[in-house]
Amino acid sequence: MAYFETRDLTVGYDGKPLIHDINLCIEKGTITTLIGPNGAGKSTILKTITRHLAKIYGTVFLDGNLISVQTSRKLAKKLAVVLTDRVRPELMTCAEVVSMGRYPYTNLVGKLTPEDRAIVTDALRRVGAEDLAQRDFLTLSDGQRQRILLARAICQEPEVLVLDEPTAYLDIRYKMELLDILRQMAREKGITVILSLHEIDFALKLSDNLICVKGDTIYAFGSPEEILRHHSIEDLYNMETGSYNRLFGSVELKKPVGKPRVFVIAGNGFGAKVYRRLQRAQIPFATGILFENDIDAQIAWELSDQVVTAPAFEPMTQEQVDAAAKILVQCERVIHSGTPTGSLNQANESLLRIARENGIPIFREEDTAWNR
Amino acid sequence: MTSTEEKQKSSFHHRRFILVMLLLGSLLLLGLVLNVSTGSVTIPPGDILRMLWNAVLGKRTGSTQENILLLIRLPRLLLAGILGGALAVSGFLLQSFFRNPIAGPFVLGISNGAKMVVGLTMIFFSGFLRGAGSFALVLAAFVGALMITLLVLLFSQKVRNMSMLLVVGIMVGYICSAVTDFCITFANEQDIVNLTSWSMGTFCGAGWDDVKTAVWICVPTVLAAWLLSKPMWAYSLGEGYAQSMGLAIKLFRIALILLSSLLSACVTALAGPVSFLGIAVPHITRTLLKSSKPALAIPATFLCGSVFCVLCDLIARTAFAPTELAIGTVTSAFGAPVVIYMMVRRRRQEEG
Repeated sequence: MAYFETRDLTVGYDGKPLIHDINLCIEKGTITTLIGPNGAGKSTILKTITRHLAKIYGTVFLDGNLISVQTSRKLAKKLAVVLTDRVRPELMTCAEVVSMGRYPYTNLVGKLTPEDRAIVTDALRRVGAEDLAQRDFLTLSDGQRQRILLARAICQEPEVLVLDEPTAYLDIRYKMELLDILRQMAREKGITVILSLHEIDFALKLSDNLICVKGDTIYAFGSPEEILRHHSIEDLYNMETGSYNRLFGSVELKKPVGKPRVFVIAGNGFGAKVYRRLQRAQIPFATGILFENDIDAQIAWELSDQVVTAPAFEPMTQEQVDAAAKILVQCERVIHSGTPTGSLNQANESLLRIARENGIPIFREEDTAWNR
Repeated sequence: MTSTEEKQKSSFHHRRFILVMLLLGSLLLLGLVLNVSTGSVTIPPGDILRMLWNAVLGKRTGSTQENILLLIRLPRLLLAGILGGALAVSGFLLQSFFRNPIAGPFVLGISNGAKMVVGLTMIFFSGFLRGAGSFALVLAAFVGALMITLLVLLFSQKVRNMSMLLVVGIMVGYICSAVTDFCITFANEQDIVNLTSWSMGTFCGAGWDDVKTAVWICVPTVLAAWLLSKPMWAYSLGEGYAQSMGLAIKLFRIALILLSSLLSACVTALAGPVSFLGIAVPHITRTLLKSSKPALAIPATFLCGSVFCVLCDLIARTAFAPTELAIGTVTSAFGAPVVIYMMVRRRRQEEG
């Protein structure tokens, strides 16, 4: 039996099932991320696991024990949460908010022992918020508040940490810092982290396992590599505009459609910014000749239907030049991205010559006049 | 920040708490002395001590001054002190419950609900009351307070917005007042003699029996409330977090409502409705303490409520002597501005 397991779990609100047949096996010390479109029920699953919502059917095991029969105090020592609830405590310092995490351990009146205090200080240090300890919680920014709430959860010394969209409202730096802390907690303390994220790129890079929630069931469950091998992110989110690059884990916005109006001579990463400028202006373009291992090729495939490529590690051939020239002569203009020419990609020089012979204007990448 | 620094900081909170308690304690003492000595008959502070000492030794002289002190002023004073504290703590509990500093037994209509049931009891069961005494009144008030609290809770599930809830509470309060007034209009004159002065809210005519009842009810209730400080503090982070830390939410909420209703019922039964004290005093206390930690705030709130109520009663009694003001008139005059200030400041915080 895995450390954390759900069997035939059905979750929902007011007795109405929303997602059924949730069967998860999660090992200790791993990070598992729920991804899926808005309203897919990620929060519902998390709230059921933490017992904030009553389950409809099925069982949840933590370390071999049924979660549903444990006393709330006992469960509180094993499982801590970071919720999306807005927290507005009056006149409470951050150290006090964090020290709430000691709730299941302190006596009837909540007296903190020196050990408790040391744990509070350590939790604050872990999230890099020592200097916030005596600040009033309500005066903090969203990013700082989220760190304090994470410190509160850490202070509870849980074995499982459940976080519902912890990166919402955070800027990129705080997002990365927060996720980095989670990674540390999993690796150093063996804490099992279960969270939901909107940022698919972070989810793929952070998680040991992904749970893709879509429709009324779990669409896919497995390591990011497995998920990417068998499913497309576009399908998971029903993406109709834009695309997701599996290799880079990056997103591209909507591809310009139509007959190419511009031909971009690119390679060696020089083309990417030109492609993106054309994408912003929604000007359909063709590009070439790119080696298949060129990073420009990855982005070109996401943003253009007409990409002329050549196998890597071989000189470009005349057939490739002909294929590119056929598209190029149909275009209104050529943009030379500034890619250098070496012995293997002389073909790009031939393309420039063909453009000149056909009277097609050639612009440099830095030339701002190219899209007028 | 090291753990020792943190300790220093937390002892700062405790030092501040002790300072505030000392300040409030001396204010209370001052209020007590002023209250006992001033009035239609002035009793010099020196004589007070002597008379009290004699009373303790059982050597009472039976002088007019002594009777005024022991039978009129002292019980009234003690009742004002205990009930003021009780009402303030009741407000504090309600504010913890709603996680909003603008909640209180008066604005949520709870005081008026208690008043209604007490009024009806006085009119329709006056014969029975003569035998049962003040405990029966407290019981009636408790029923009324609980009824209105549950009604407000029912609404609170429909309206998530606190300002809407306050409007509902105030309206419910008016309905209760209307019912009370309606019954008074058609009641026997004999029955309403007590009722009219009581329904204005006053400590006038308080006797040792009332003080005893107040002590019996308020002291255990406030102690019980203090024992809930730990869950109360956790609850201020919101239900979700509190539950995840092992707090039994339902039980806790029921306990909070029962204790708060019992306190405000006791006040309403023994002194009539006292407005705004329940909101204003916890706020003043938190500001003084610079903390809302219930373990410290509950005792301080009680003391602060006593001071507030004793001083207000002094004003009610002496400002336009020999005419007495209703205690609610004075507490409103001082309490309502505090509430307005809080609402404005909160709005600014939310926007800022």
